[in-house]
Amino acid sequence: MTRLINGLLLAALLIAALWSFQFLDLDFANLVSADGLSQMADYASGFLSPDFSAPHLNAIGRGALETLAMSALGTLLAALLGLALALPASGRYGVLALQASRLLLNALRAIPELVWAALMVLAAGLGPNAGTLALALHTAGVLGRLFAEALENTPAEPADAVRLAGGGRVAAFCYGTLPGVWPQLVAYTLYRWENNIRMASVLGFVGAGGLGQMLYISLSLFQEAQAATVILAMLLLVLGVDALSGWVRQRWVTQ
Amino acid sequence: MNSLPRDPAALPRLLLTLLALALLWPGLSLSELDLTALFRADNATVMGGFLAGFWPPAHDASFLQLLWQATLETLAIATAGMCLALLIAMPCALLATRALSLSALPRGGRPAGWAVALRWPVRGLLIVLRSVPEIVWALLFVRAVGLGPTAGVLAIAITYSGMLGKVYAEIFESVDPRPTRALFGAGSGRLAAFAYGILPNAASEMLSYTVYRWECAVRASVVMGFVGAGGLGQQMDLSLRMFAGGEVASMLLTFLLLVLLADRLSRLLRERYT
Amino acid sequence: MSVRLAGVGFVHANGVQTLSDIELSVAPGERVAVIGPSGAGKTTLLNLLATRLRPSHGRLELLGEQPWGLSSRARQRLRARIGLVHQAPPLPPRQRVVTAVGAGRIGRWSTLRALANLIHPLDRGGVRDALARLDLADKLFARCDQLSGGQLQRVGIARVLYQSPELMLADEPVSAMDPILAGHTLALLNREAAQRGISLLASVHAVELALEHFPRIVGVRDGRIVFDRPAAEVTAAELQALYANAQLQQAPELHAPLQPIIPRC
Repeated sequence: MTRLINGLLLAALLIAALWSFQFLDLDFANLVSADGLSQMADYASGFLSPDFSAPHLNAIGRGALETLAMSALGTLLAALLGLALALPASGRYGVLALQASRLLLNALRAIPELVWAALMVLAAGLGPNAGTLALALHTAGVLGRLFAEALENTPAEPADAVRLAGGGRVAAFCYGTLPGVWPQLVAYTLYRWENNIRMASVLGFVGAGGLGQMLYISLSLFQEAQAATVILAMLLLVLGVDALSGWVRQRWVTQ
Repeated sequence: MNSLPRDPAALPRLLLTLLALALLWPGLSLSELDLTALFRADNATVMGGFLAGFWPPAHDASFLQLLWQATLETLAIATAGMCLALLIAMPCALLATRALSLSALPRGGRPAGWAVALRWPVRGLLIVLRSVPEIVWALLFVRAVGLGPTAGVLAIAITYSGMLGKVYAEIFESVDPRPTRALFGAGSGRLAAFAYGILPNAASEMLSYTVYRWECAVRASVVMGFVGAGGLGQQMDLSLRMFAGGEVASMLLTFLLLVLLADRLSRLLRERYT
Repeated sequence: MSVRLAGVGFVHANGVQTLSDIELSVAPGERVAVIGPSGAGKTTLLNLLATRLRPSHGRLELLGEQPWGLSSRARQRLRARIGLVHQAPPLPPRQRVVTAVGAGRIGRWSTLRALANLIHPLDRGGVRDALARLDLADKLFARCDQLSGGQLQRVGIARVLYQSPELMLADEPVSAMDPILAGHTLALLNREAAQRGISLLASVHAVELALEHFPRIVGVRDGRIVFDRPAAEVTAAELQALYANAQLQQAPELHAPLQPIIPRC
């Protein structure tokens, strides 16, 4: 019986895949025809000579720093907000608070960063501030859920012991629960940071500052050479943050 | 009793705090973080008017029809993109993995220098593919092949082939190498050794990761439309520009449903096949 | 009286009655060992005294107060005067010994001071003195996961000594130590309690150790007190009856190491 259902499910997946190609009406024949290919090659060749002039590099440097700051602060804010929401979501303050905070976390998580950014641009004006807030809101939803799971899976005895010695709730949490979970919390936060540096570099598409704004403008003005430099900068930024966060994880989390 | 013991962790902690402060300060000024901007009068009235339009969410028949089409398009972009990504990722993973190295056989599992060097271009390609965010690829493809879902599909195919390729290669390296070595020892070719030695052990982990990535692809294709690559994002962009609060509200609800649904489906698939 | 139990019983959430009709009084400065086969209800009795569990019936009085009649704030103040040595010391593996022992006094510190102590240990001298009594002064800045089971138990004892409670409870405080160290540690607990003039109530699974170090012995079986008399008057026949057909002692549970799983999307 299970085999039959599994087989049917597999067939359904295959049909769904084929249907998507058919639904989208993708015209790959045209794409890979001599005409289409030469057109693409034409476009791509513009990217082969990146613009390394000093003023442009200067602007990129500032944009990269802005992106870095957005991603780091957004992640930091998200970690704080996520922890604040994870406490009720791990069932510490009763069922009602648990359901309410779970719903809020899911809502924050379900709306993508870019949509948050578009909304924040409306709410807080153009610029990196909107981007930081957008990253913070979406990431808070993701981290809050992960933190809540981590808190649930931490042994409760150390905190109980502190309570039994007369300690307050805050002290019990900081002495009993936090030492057990913080490596996990830090690891999750670092992983989200790696993710957010990628997102931060594209939030500019909707006007939320950083490298994305530069890329969007260069591409709109058909300045492929400048755009190529921005993409290179994004690549370096992403690889740099990956390496840094990997090093931090190695040094402080898994020992 | 002798003098008070010094805490060996005090100095590192102090330095770390100072470093954090030193980084936080320029960070705050660069990101222009300012929570009060949300409550400034002009911003608040704009946002207030916009939010007031959220209720009731738009639900007239023609808009719902539009929304349904856009949702289907989003799902189709994710699925088609994943199919293409799989087609690219498999050969790349096979080329990049050390698990299928013949030169490693007599050297205790460590490939020869030249073999490592030969694998590097593929690994580098995978890194570049996955390190550029998918929406940047989408933006580029919109310029190259025009507006529409094709750009979205290609963008997902490229980014996700990089991710899948890397993870597949790692999965191949993590399974028990002895069956493969035995097959190589019996004179089998690389593909046969892969199919009989590695695939049976790696399949469930690969499937689990692929399904998880599909879930991510759904999220990614939602926003791809912001740069003109079709799907819900494009509709969202339009509604935002027109300040149509009701439409935005309906679409946010659709996002929520879509993400929850993808979550469910991916859990179901993982439970059934792994 | 430090401890007064009158007709105390305890029924578990699953309906099993683990203690019934407990009558027990402990005067200030008295030192009592609770012995009995595993499953007899020793740990439940200690948990009742530590106010971790609330008795299902009967009257419980600790240091002259009824903990379950107090407001939760007053109960926390009472708890700060009661020290419990846990069988498997619930110390977070990554916490440093100096912080773990310092946590003993949290009940008397303000929250602010407790948080400051977390960042920079404030009373290093006091903590070191407590550790020195257990020959662990050199482990002051070690991390708890670097210690052996026996060392951890001694850190747990140091924490309670540092707390300097008026009533000291100990649940199998020496179960992870070799016999010589166990005897040494029980002697130390008794000496400290006698010096400070506080009451000590400990459950001990090694009968000889209990008889050797404690002046008063309480035998517990099937949730009831079987005998309660000075150590010198406990007879071999009584012990025989107490442990007849007893099950084997279970090994204490250990924490599983954390294994972070990583999602990325």
